[in-house]
Amino acid sequence: MDIFLQQLINGIVLGSIYSLVALGYTLVYGILGLINFAHGDIVMVGAMVTLTVVRLLSDSGLPGPLVLGIGMLTAIPACMAVGYLIERIAYRPLRNAPRLAPLITAIGVSILLQNLAMMIWGREYLSFPQILPTRTMAVGGASISAIQLLIVASSTIMMAGLSSLIRKTRLGNAMRATAQNPEVATLMGVNVNTIISITFVLGSALAAVAGMMVSAYYGIAHYDMGFILGLKAFTAAVLGGIGNIEGAMLGGLLLGIIESMGAGYLGTLTGGIMGSNYQDVFAFFVLILVLIFRPSGLLGERVGERP
Amino acid sequence: MTMLRPLLAAMAAMLLSSCAKQNPGSELVVRIGSVAPLTGPQSHLGKDNDNGVRLAADEINASGLVIGGKKMRVEVLSEDDQADPRTATIVAQKLVDEGVNGIVGHFNSGTSIPASRIYSDAGIPQISPSATATTYTGQGFETTFRVVTNDRQQGEALAKFALDTLHARTVAIIDDRTAYGQGIADEFEKDAKAGGAALVAHEFTSDHATDFTAILTSIKGKNPDLVFYGGMDAQAGPMMKQMRNLGMKMAFLGADGSKSPEFIKLAGTAAEGAYASAPGLPLDKMPGGKAFVQKFTAKYGKIQLYSPYSFDATMALVNAMKQAGSIDPARYLPVLARIKMDGVTGPISFDRKGDILHGAVTLYQVRNGSWTALP
Amino acid sequence: MKRYLKLAAYAALLLLLPFATGLALGKTWVRILDFALLYVMLALGLNIVVGFAGLLDLGYVAFFAVGAYCYALLASPHFGLHLPFWMILPIGAFSAGIFGMLLGAPTLRLRGDYLAIVTLGFGEIIRIFLNNLDTPYNITGGPQGIDLIDPVRLGPVSLNQPPGHAVYSYYFLFLLFALATAFVSTRLQHSRIGRAWAAIREDEIAAEAMGIDTRNLKLLAFAMGASFGGLSGGLFAGFEGFVSPESFTLTESIMILSMVVLGGMGHIRGVVFGALLLSILPEALRYVGPLEQSLFGKIVIDPSGLRMLLFGLSLILVMLLRPAGLWPSPARKRELLAHGETAKHENTNIYDAGR
Repeated sequence: MDIFLQQLINGIVLGSIYSLVALGYTLVYGILGLINFAHGDIVMVGAMVTLTVVRLLSDSGLPGPLVLGIGMLTAIPACMAVGYLIERIAYRPLRNAPRLAPLITAIGVSILLQNLAMMIWGREYLSFPQILPTRTMAVGGASISAIQLLIVASSTIMMAGLSSLIRKTRLGNAMRATAQNPEVATLMGVNVNTIISITFVLGSALAAVAGMMVSAYYGIAHYDMGFILGLKAFTAAVLGGIGNIEGAMLGGLLLGIIESMGAGYLGTLTGGIMGSNYQDVFAFFVLILVLIFRPSGLLGERVGERP
Repeated sequence: MTMLRPLLAAMAAMLLSSCAKQNPGSELVVRIGSVAPLTGPQSHLGKDNDNGVRLAADEINASGLVIGGKKMRVEVLSEDDQADPRTATIVAQKLVDEGVNGIVGHFNSGTSIPASRIYSDAGIPQISPSATATTYTGQGFETTFRVVTNDRQQGEALAKFALDTLHARTVAIIDDRTAYGQGIADEFEKDAKAGGAALVAHEFTSDHATDFTAILTSIKGKNPDLVFYGGMDAQAGPMMKQMRNLGMKMAFLGADGSKSPEFIKLAGTAAEGAYASAPGLPLDKMPGGKAFVQKFTAKYGKIQLYSPYSFDATMALVNAMKQAGSIDPARYLPVLARIKMDGVTGPISFDRKGDILHGAVTLYQVRNGSWTALP
Repeated sequence: MKRYLKLAAYAALLLLLPFATGLALGKTWVRILDFALLYVMLALGLNIVVGFAGLLDLGYVAFFAVGAYCYALLASPHFGLHLPFWMILPIGAFSAGIFGMLLGAPTLRLRGDYLAIVTLGFGEIIRIFLNNLDTPYNITGGPQGIDLIDPVRLGPVSLNQPPGHAVYSYYFLFLLFALATAFVSTRLQHSRIGRAWAAIREDEIAAEAMGIDTRNLKLLAFAMGASFGGLSGGLFAGFEGFVSPESFTLTESIMILSMVVLGGMGHIRGVVFGALLLSILPEALRYVGPLEQSLFGKIVIDPSGLRMLLFGLSLILVMLLRPAGLWPSPARKRELLAHGETAKHENTNIYDAGR
């Protein structure tokens, strides 16, 4: 039973990471209708920047969590800048082009970011200095560490914050209006270009936090880490309902749990024919199933259509 | 009509440029091709291989090389095969076209195998410093050699260590589903089972993964005495860390892919006590070993993994040329096949297939933050 | 008369090209030419799906893999079968076509981005299965791949002999198939099917209203595109002599898509141009390293990282400046560069409206 519990905890933590990244994806898609393939790589940039700062400060004698906080505060503006630049230079001119063009451009941006990161930070896996407490707490036979709790907590907080932003603030109103119908929103006095930029910047800030969490949790960062993570997070967003904030959270958690449980139990279930070697296809299987049977996702709806 | 003229111009240019390609040198040059992934996730290991070849070349040139009565200079042609089989064949062809006299490479089994056909067709000897798949030398080519033990030899030694020295009765195996990881894991499994150990779990991951908590938790539930990992340091390090975080205290055994400074860096304090194997004998036990470590670290920094082997491979090629009195592959290949010399990794000679004869395997453990050889 | 002269000139050029290349630049470049021809076939195949029918496929390399493994399984010591290549190639193409339909069937109702992701997932699923189907029964050889594949044999003559000159023999074989592929593509484009695909691409609802069976035609697009990929895969396996899942990654799919998009989607000549450009240029960049060495005395920018960097940059630039591709057909150029309503026909739902 404690193994089951541990797998569940693993799944929830993994899922929270997916949720954090999925929030940014879903936000941008909800407003722009664009799958920002480069989002995962912005997460990577966040992780790398955090890592650089933490490495610089790790010998300074400051307490671990403070160093991490400083790292995060450096990463967020960095990612926001990157996100803003990408939107202005690569996506804005293509706003009226057929769907294929920004998709290809997004792939190009993703490749560009990865290779720039490789040139700046090198090709090796960079390790995170040990600055956080590694104590674990026992929960019914399973163990959970401080940073795992932090990840789960922060993704919930982010989701709640984002949700109330969308629903209760003027900015959120403007975002929803832009998502529903950009032309009419302009007529209503909304500066659509600014709103879109803000959306991107916000999504990138979320990505930065996600990047910091991921690199602190796993203890490593490298230029390659963004793409697959982004893809899985996108699957999570679609699972929950693309454009839907709560959906991103739910989708992420579900995906994390499915992957963990699958990896842990598939071998036993199939008598050894299929095992954890098929771990990576779970995400895609889930995606295909969802898109066939419930294409609007579990929670349906989009940012623009909430009352 | 639009395509014709530019095409004609291109062809004419190419034909003209071929006249300009003659490059008479004043010295006789021995060209050694060094192929490894110089970009991508394994590039730190690929560059390490390359550095080993270069160190050997520098040493040979400094000592004044004379082959067949003529003064020679060793020139290293480095190529990046990106660990991709298709690129590997292209760079192999490139090196063959450039008239290399010998090849040290490639790094991965998955690239060494397709490239070996091209070298074999051209009759150019190829010594791999790190490819361990048994099929590499099992293709029936005369030109394939390696200075590391293959998976079968290493797996045997690992299983023996696990069962006899660590007294493990139940084992769990994880491999990363690459040609290397799966190869060594399967050999280990075979030999461990033959030795009487029980396999409680065989889990899988990939060479890009960072999260192993699910498979580790599953293994934890089955409580083996030992966890074996077939794969590279970039995964082994975080895996070790996550293992200890989950409260799993059993022994961790890795193959040569784990025995690197990267592993210790990535696992942090959790690395302490981990075991791994490496082909050959410990560097400080071999004559010339200590000197090699000094010279290498002075020039290129820390030894990653296989640079001593690529160094030995280069030395083997040149020694064979010296003994045969010729740099012509057709002439020195038979000498290479029968060569007997001492490298920094151990005595070097090859069996009929090209595998290293009496290849030794040494076991190491992380003690006080570095890999220490076990007697 | 003039036309025949032109054709003869082209033919002579194509026949002499490998020898000229070999003389001037070495056999490496002939080998690169051989791969370029394989990519031309792949790009033409993907062009049917993306360019003709307008369906975005990001997992195309899976069909290449199916064709390659078919060949590997039927002509190697793995199962002990050694069928002749003219038997295996159609089998490979056909199997790939079946997989194409398998992919197409559940995705018929998806559009744009969603189709892209699903096809990407499909490509990855195929690769992972190929990597893991070695237990409990060794079907695909797993990560070790399948080695010692028979070379292509024309009667008693194996294309691998004489050793070292195989690249020339394979050039002519690939050229033949590439020309055939281009021919079939052109005929398809100007047939009823091709026009129906164009209609679906431009406005699916209107096409349905005109009585076009969009479902079956989309399936046909997937199947035909996939079979070209399978054909090319079989040739690849015979040429290389070794297949492993490492050759069939997502990056390859993206490469092939870029060839189609950069060259000029839907325009056969553009696609061929794109394929040749993108398979030869990265190899040319390999020489940047030594060039930098001789110009500056040291490596200023790492050439291998530069290659992918320039590639990503070029994708962005082409999309911003010439979204119809570097060599678009006049019709597509009008379509893609149109301002106003003509290009804004995309729905914001993942479904066609009303379904």
